[in-house]
Amino acid sequence: MIELSNEYLIVFLALIICSIMAIIRVIRGPTAPDRLVGLDTINTIVIVLMVIFGAATNQVIIIDVAIVYALLSFISTLFITKYLEGGDF
Amino acid sequence: MFDIIVYILLGIGVFFNLLAGIGLLRFPDVYTRLHAGTKCTTFGSIFIIGSVILLGLKNWWFDTDVNGSVIAIHSIFALAAILITNPTGAHAIARAAHRSGVKPFGAVVDDLQNKTVKKTEKKKPAKNKEAKK
Repeated sequence: MIELSNEYLIVFLALIICSIMAIIRVIRGPTAPDRLVGLDTINTIVIVLMVIFGAATNQVIIIDVAIVYALLSFISTLFITKYLEGGDF
Repeated sequence: MFDIIVYILLGIGVFFNLLAGIGLLRFPDVYTRLHAGTKCTTFGSIFIIGSVILLGLKNWWFDTDVNGSVIAIHSIFALAAILITNPTGAHAIARAAHRSGVKPFGAVVDDLQNKTVKKTEKKKPAKNKEAKK
């Protein structure tokens, strides 16, 4: 059986580095859709981090939180795109 | 045997997520950043959550741990949520970026240049006619 808390630490660090790159794009982005792309990437990485953390600590509740977070972040992304479009709902 | 497969799946997923981060920093345009930021993270998350599913099924089958099967089923639902919502969000972001006036970097031909404008112009007079009647 895998020692969860040791081997998964490398995966946590790599995903955190990836999300830091996306945060740099959110800060530096010249237009608003650039920042939205960065936010969408951060959302997906956070979902994956939650699933891995739930598997590493053997807790099911964190994976349920990941499912709800996926659906809510999708709705928030859709609303921000509607705002950028400037159209009527 | 299963540990090696889990390690390989984790390695592939982490590699593609890092590629997504590097592509977000290095690409010159919104649309090319969308390629890196959504497709690579979707592909990487399939492999990482797949490794979690395999680990949970292995714990359930060989060690008779009931919690492992629950983790596997809930991870399948999380993966389905990612697979449905992520390409839809990318499509919405690309459409909003094109309609808000961001032009592709170094593009020669823009096929959507007249189509989206005509659609929005056609909608508004139709609503006004209905309101007048």
